[in-house]
Amino acid sequence: MAARIDVSIEHKHAPPEANADGKPHPNTCPGCGSHYRDDELEQHLNVCPQCGHHFPMRARARIAQLTDEGSFTEEAGELRSDDPLGFFDLRPYTERLAEAEVATGLGDAMVTGHATLDGAPLQLAVMDFAFMGGSMGRVVGEKFTRACEAAAERQVPLVSVTASGGARMQEGILSLMQLPKTVCAVEDLHDAGGAMISVMAHPTTAGVLASFASLGDVIVAEPGALLSFTGPRVVQQTTREKLPDDFGLAESNYRFGHLDAIVPRPELRDYVARLLRLFGNGG
Amino acid sequence: MAGEAEVQLRERLNRLRSLPLLRGARLSGELERLQRQLERIVAEPSDEQIWRSVELARHPDRPYTLDYVERMLEDFVELHGDRGRADDAALVTGLGSFDGRTVALIGHQKGRDIQERSKRNFGMAYPEGYRKAMRVMELADRHGFPLITLVDTPGAYPGVAAEQHGQGGMIARSQAVMARLRTPIVSCIIGEGGSGGAIAIAVADRVLMQENAIYSVISPEGCAAILWRDAGEAQKAAAAFKPDAGHCLELGVIDAIVPEPAEGAHSDPDAAATLLKDSIGESLEELIGFSGDELRGRRRARFRSLGTLETVKAP
Repeated sequence: MAARIDVSIEHKHAPPEANADGKPHPNTCPGCGSHYRDDELEQHLNVCPQCGHHFPMRARARIAQLTDEGSFTEEAGELRSDDPLGFFDLRPYTERLAEAEVATGLGDAMVTGHATLDGAPLQLAVMDFAFMGGSMGRVVGEKFTRACEAAAERQVPLVSVTASGGARMQEGILSLMQLPKTVCAVEDLHDAGGAMISVMAHPTTAGVLASFASLGDVIVAEPGALLSFTGPRVVQQTTREKLPDDFGLAESNYRFGHLDAIVPRPELRDYVARLLRLFGNGG
Repeated sequence: MAGEAEVQLRERLNRLRSLPLLRGARLSGELERLQRQLERIVAEPSDEQIWRSVELARHPDRPYTLDYVERMLEDFVELHGDRGRADDAALVTGLGSFDGRTVALIGHQKGRDIQERSKRNFGMAYPEGYRKAMRVMELADRHGFPLITLVDTPGAYPGVAAEQHGQGGMIARSQAVMARLRTPIVSCIIGEGGSGGAIAIAVADRVLMQENAIYSVISPEGCAAILWRDAGEAQKAAAAFKPDAGHCLELGVIDAIVPEPAEGAHSDPDAAATLLKDSIGESLEELIGFSGDELRGRRRARFRSLGTLETVKAP
């Protein structure tokens, strides 16, 4: 009979049983199977210390990562969506909204405000995938637009961090209109001489990729992030094409020239700070 | 449910009725059109009517961009290629004469038979198509030609190469180019206004929509597959997100509805083209005379206003 000894670090971090719905526990690394406590993940900026997999990062944690402590002032936090279409699928939209707010503590899928990073002022627009898949409806469109306006007025760069499945279906065509709305906002910002740095986190897809996220003066992504206009499942179903292993991933986008860099999360703060210095010292 | 759009229409109707009929037939045509729009808005379309719009918008005999081009423009010269890698036949671009004025035209083009459909990729453009559109937009801007765009696509093409060539970024940049133009832009949704592939060429000063066209953030089938987990529930999805012209007008997404012949545009393409040409001509007339900066500023303000605080409330 084998001696009962603790043979490996893996056992200490053994993932719990899969949830009832068959999905692995959110703290289990899909890259290497390691499992972490919340505080362990938090300590490593939600990046797996074993294999470097980037777990999702909530908006507030992201803001903490990219700003000087205590410098962030939230703006437009009071905005909430109503239900312009009286949308009802399997459940009413209003119910989904309320549930998302309770679950995330956020009013919608984007948090905006101003802060400093290494003392340099910046405007922030940070998305949170946990709020209805980071989908963009009118509140996200309005918050982003106001962030552009504030950045122009304060003459500071705008840093946008996206994590979104695209436009929010429940607001119908009005969600599609947030694409040109946010595009016009970036154009106004650029006309005012403002800079925009776009950081694409996993996933940045569909309507958000096809609008403001792609219009940064500098565009970077986190490793392994899915950045595609159409998701792999739909592409596969529609075209029956064999998808490359890295379909739509940041690495593929970088190779095809759509990104300036892939920046691992632990290096992001310094990277953004350097860009802020460069844009701050121009003309 | 009719709300603000109805009030605005009623006001316009009253104003027109009180005008002496100097412009004769034209004005009475306008009256008739507004009256029809009003009736449409006041009568909340049923789920069946919304679905009928979806079917008519996709009708295989519905006139496509080139059917309108040959009826609306003289001396049309098609322009090909994105000056980089390809000529995308799903998007047609060119120059032509509209009532004696040179205009640039951009429109999605579906195919009529199997062979042409495959050549034109069912009106689903690659990034190359949007890049061709952008260069023609810039051409129009350089020469001060008004730009007319006709939207008719199920969506931008969802393929591996399209992604590799930057579909999302190209759609974003095409909108950005439109937001920068200093020349008048009139867009009309003439069939399917499918999501990002549609808005890429629809950031206009005046956005029109044919009576039986649809304009939506996702296809009814796509929405049904995600929210109902069953693409067969497309009819329910369409009823929920309301892609019909009446609702788009009510929500302020479009500026006017272009009437179609009674049985739909496919029943009489000539009549449909006349009605479309009238509406586009009228919109252009409203825009000619504004300076480039004014046009651009108003265009951006138009889209800025879609979803402002009036429609978004604090808790």
